[in-house]
Amino acid sequence: MSSNTLVTASGLYRYYNQHCAVNDVSFELSRGDVLGFLGPNGAGKSSTMQMLSGNLSPSAGEIIINGIDLLDRPKDAKREIGYLAEQPPVYRELTVNEYLDYCARLNRIPRERRAQALATAKERCGLADVATRLIGNLSKGYRQRVGIAQAIIHTPAVVILDEPTVGLDPLQIREIRSLIRELGEDHGIILSTHILPEVQATCNRVQIIHQGRLVFADTAAGLDARMSATSLVARFGNPPDVSRLLALPGVAEVAALDDGRVRIDFTGDSPAEALVEQAVAGGWRLQELTAERHTLEQIFIELTTGDAPGHASGAAA
Amino acid sequence: MIFTIAARELRSLFLSPLAWAILAVTQFILAWLFLAQIDTWITLQPRLAAIEGAPGVADIVVAPLLANAGIVLLLITPLITMRSLSDEYRGHTISLLLSAPVSMTEIVLGKYLGILGFFLALLLMLTLMPLSLLAGTDLDMGKLAAGLLGLGLMLAAFAAIGLYMSSLTEQPVVAAVTTFGLLLLLWIIDEAGTAQATGAMGYLSMLSHYKGLLKGVFNSMDVAYYLLVIALFTGFTIRRLDATRLPH
Repeated sequence: MSSNTLVTASGLYRYYNQHCAVNDVSFELSRGDVLGFLGPNGAGKSSTMQMLSGNLSPSAGEIIINGIDLLDRPKDAKREIGYLAEQPPVYRELTVNEYLDYCARLNRIPRERRAQALATAKERCGLADVATRLIGNLSKGYRQRVGIAQAIIHTPAVVILDEPTVGLDPLQIREIRSLIRELGEDHGIILSTHILPEVQATCNRVQIIHQGRLVFADTAAGLDARMSATSLVARFGNPPDVSRLLALPGVAEVAALDDGRVRIDFTGDSPAEALVEQAVAGGWRLQELTAERHTLEQIFIELTTGDAPGHASGAAA
Repeated sequence: MIFTIAARELRSLFLSPLAWAILAVTQFILAWLFLAQIDTWITLQPRLAAIEGAPGVADIVVAPLLANAGIVLLLITPLITMRSLSDEYRGHTISLLLSAPVSMTEIVLGKYLGILGFFLALLLMLTLMPLSLLAGTDLDMGKLAAGLLGLGLMLAAFAAIGLYMSSLTEQPVVAAVTTFGLLLLLWIIDEAGTAQATGAMGYLSMLSHYKGLLKGVFNSMDVAYYLLVIALFTGFTIRRLDATRLPH
């Protein structure tokens, strides 16, 4: 294990009665990583997050946080963890200041460093303006930020955020995402979400979990490559013969869609440029041209029906 | 760390109107009872003065007051303890405690001390009433101290039971009802006793151990009983909280 490895989870299992929510999940997290945990609802994301944060004991497996075994020495390991659950764990009857002070004490920040820690956390999460207001009176977005402030107040090595942007408006989502990117510079971050663009916007590593199993683990760029287009959709005012389209470089298949558009599947580089040239030269009156990207659902289907051997076992590495 | 959690618990209690309402109502009811006892005392006093070794003001005013306080507090304890852990489950704030570097024991003891802090305030306000008698008469301080110790221990036992019930459910009302049921059962359990059963049942009864202390008799068995109840139920609560994380 390199000294930069912050989290090592190996062979995690979690059963709820007979139901296996997490099934043999293993991964590592290094300093500077922002790891996105992606999966549909009920895939086992939250259970995994809860196990990593010590809120749930795994049925089997081992979790090492910054070199400390979470199950053997929970108190020491938990100092290195900041955790924001799906619902921010805030007391509505306290003010932001009171609440963060309580969190600082809970996390055993020495008295003399407490004021500084509070100020830093508030500044990073943009809470300075609402510091004296009751948490119960804050908007959902601010409450979420208070939750994040709580998770980073003791500058833990690992910050675990469970669906941090759920229920926020687009502006708030953008702010939280930039905050996460910023935090990623000096913490290791694990983030769970079911929203694909979130991963693309914030993470440098991605893991997809499905029915409790890790089905994909790669860098964000790797996921991007997987999702990149393998088809174009075009609309022509004066549609050409299918054979002309098939003759374009790399085109594998051409299919007419119901609404008058055509889908052009290709392999290798996109034939878009050639298509446009031909369209202009041949007077096809090209009206619309879109690259069709794979959606997360398609990737899920692809991954879970076993279409993609090579990648599925990447997690165990 | 225990005190940090206790301080927050106490603070949250006093931030809700419930705690204030309970303090006010309890104080009013007990003051009423206190005045009624004083009234009895005043009517009885001329006759008592003639008798050698007659019961004093501590027996006629203080002991009944503390005995009644026991019943009133049995009614209000569930209202104070019901939210302690239930609210943490319901508001999902329990994850804050579980992911912080604190042990289950610290969490439970913190919660417990917070509740005790509230009861201490209540007890102090209650004590002021008998102490006010010092202005006009002599008071058997030994009997008062024994009675207060009994009430304090009994309240601490109530609190431990209430905290445990609160750790079992997300619904504060369910916690309150079950706490109330169990406390009442432990209060009246010796009533069930026929001659043979009275021994064991009598030992389990909260009331029978309180009676001795009210008379000013300090029996270590009575004190041990309350300490056992407290240890047992805080132990249960710790186990219960631990179990929420375990696979099942």
